[in-house]
Amino acid sequence: MASRLLGMIVKEFIHLRRDMLALVLALVVPVAMLFIFGWAINTDVKHIPTAVFEQSGSLEAQTFLEAMANSQYFDIRYRVRSHRELTQLVDEGKAKIGVVIPPDYARKLARQQAEVQVIVDASDPLVATSGINAAVSLGAQRSLQIVTETAGTAGVRNANPPLDVRVRAWYNPDLVSAIFIVPGLVGALLMQTTITAMAVSVVRERERGTLEALIVSPIRRWELLLGKIIPNLVVAYGQMTGALLVAHFVFDVPIRGSLLLLYALSAVFMMGTLGIGIFVSTASRTVPQAMQFAFLTFLPSIYLSGLLFPIEGMPQAAQYLSMVIPLTYFLRIVRGIVLKGVGFGYLWPSLVPLLIFGIVIFSLAVFKFRKQLD
Amino acid sequence: MPTSADPAFAVITDGLTRRFGKRVAVDHVSMRVRTGELYGFLGPNGAGKSTMLRMLCGLLEPSEGNGTVLGLDLRREPERIKSLIGYMSQKFSLYDELTVDENLTFYTRAYMVPRATRAARIAQMVQLADLTGRERQQAGQLSGGYRQRLALACALVHSPRLIFLDEPTAGVDPVSRRNFWGLVRRLADEGTTIIVTTHYMDEAELCDTLGFIYQGQLIAQGSPQTIKTETFRQPVVETEVGEIRRAADALGEWDAVEDVIRVGTRLRLVLADDRTSAADVEGYLKRAGYDVHWVQSVEPSVEDLFVSFVDKQRKTRLREQLRALQSDPHPNPLPGRERESGTPGGERESGILSPSGGEDKGEGE
Repeated sequence: MASRLLGMIVKEFIHLRRDMLALVLALVVPVAMLFIFGWAINTDVKHIPTAVFEQSGSLEAQTFLEAMANSQYFDIRYRVRSHRELTQLVDEGKAKIGVVIPPDYARKLARQQAEVQVIVDASDPLVATSGINAAVSLGAQRSLQIVTETAGTAGVRNANPPLDVRVRAWYNPDLVSAIFIVPGLVGALLMQTTITAMAVSVVRERERGTLEALIVSPIRRWELLLGKIIPNLVVAYGQMTGALLVAHFVFDVPIRGSLLLLYALSAVFMMGTLGIGIFVSTASRTVPQAMQFAFLTFLPSIYLSGLLFPIEGMPQAAQYLSMVIPLTYFLRIVRGIVLKGVGFGYLWPSLVPLLIFGIVIFSLAVFKFRKQLD
Repeated sequence: MPTSADPAFAVITDGLTRRFGKRVAVDHVSMRVRTGELYGFLGPNGAGKSTMLRMLCGLLEPSEGNGTVLGLDLRREPERIKSLIGYMSQKFSLYDELTVDENLTFYTRAYMVPRATRAARIAQMVQLADLTGRERQQAGQLSGGYRQRLALACALVHSPRLIFLDEPTAGVDPVSRRNFWGLVRRLADEGTTIIVTTHYMDEAELCDTLGFIYQGQLIAQGSPQTIKTETFRQPVVETEVGEIRRAADALGEWDAVEDVIRVGTRLRLVLADDRTSAADVEGYLKRAGYDVHWVQSVEPSVEDLFVSFVDKQRKTRLREQLRALQSDPHPNPLPGRERESGTPGGERESGILSPSGGEDKGEGE
């Protein structure tokens, strides 16, 4: 048994070494993609047309609006005198963001907590997220500033921040999209290469008739699959390491959590993607077919997993879909470990669906694969 | 029926059947292959040869029937059978990016050749396949003949007692084909049981036993010589005659002639039974006013035997069609004429039933 499995593994590695195209695909493409996504795709949308309904006429409000303009995310084009006017501008699409500053802004800010209402045209989720993130982050900065300034004088103060904000992107205060996207790309790349490599390596054998020779040989089905999975995993981990190195040293992505944990949880994710790869191989007759099919499984993951576009900005139906996409959960794990530095205690809610998905898909795929060979 | 453990037979089947949906690819085949013989399945494309072979190797499960291979039950012990047999398909099953050496090494591991004897066995195989000096060449860069012999060597690394060759000479030049068959014949003479499928008639002549497969059924079996002398009681004559086309038509309409085949400038006639002789043919043609150069009896070839089996069935079907079209003043042409006019060069490609040399279409998974 050891000899048969070893034979398979050695053979697969020779394939990789000889097949330059496969090697290039496996090693260069991920890094190139990292650069393309990291640099070229900038999901930060700046200079968002903004309308402001400022009712307080205070200096504090003026300072906040100036800070908004200076952030470059907001282009304050309209100053309106009523809610109706503001709504109209947003309805018409002339303004993507409306800012409402209440009459008692300055007074509340000094005493307890002031609220700034931000109306967002969410038809463009990218703009919306950028706008929300920028506004929220500005609010946080402003709050901090006020707290620091008043710390000595006011003495006793409410525990709430003076400006009502919920900081969601606290780990990425500059809203640099590379820092958010690049760790996610590591997951996407793992997914793409494991699915494609697994599917192609099986389909190529079928195309050339060598699969038949393997089936006639004493090599068992599980040895055949494991013989392909092990080299595949080795390459995938190599890729992941390369991608993380580039992310860290080129894109300044901090790596705050445990890499060991990340590598361990990746195996769970790859169990599912290898399963998809085996599925694709059973459904394809030729290598190009397998590649296309693999790409097809890859597309919804890219768009719906929250890799490029925040899930929060998706319509409800798409949000439900994103819940059945394994990459969604794996992205939470990667970002959690890499950017937030959180441990297993925070990650298991994402791990459970991944584990279930992995076991189900993998078992079904292996079952289908075996059935097809019989 | 001998017991399954009878060592005299490498393969025994009993009513072996395989269906793909509604289509019956192999239809209740019962047969035996003696240990150490070279057994050939002969049949046109799609006849069921490959399906039969694939069932015997454990690639396909039989829909019905039983069989033993090397004394092991086909249904119950497919894994044990696999380690004892060798298999070479028409696709040659080589890894193109792997060198000759690496391909052989892979198969020695797959078949669990003990590590101690591996190197010696590979060297032996390289020599057998006449690949000395090419050990480090990638299989994809070898020419057809070398690839074919490497594929055979890969199927032999574990010294199997029984090997299956599925159209092993498809797409290989005639010289390599001859070399290959020399190798196969030698292996058989050394005691390995070999089961081969082919649609080349000259290859069939080299087999110890032939099984004719047509439309999924084993329609005849025996040594080429036995089939000729015992099974096939129809005389074959050849004639050279003027106005060859019209003469062929005239002969095709004669009840005593079952089949007319044009071979170059000659006509080859398969007669209905031995009541008709070469002299009768000569008389018939002369009475009809043809210029007969000569007529002589010849030995029936394997091709004649097989074509006659196939055409018997085709003729039956044609007669049914003719009965249905009784009122039609222009009935369909007879098979003899159809064949004659259907070969544009006038010469039937010698020995090849299907010039395409392709695989049995529609078979497999």
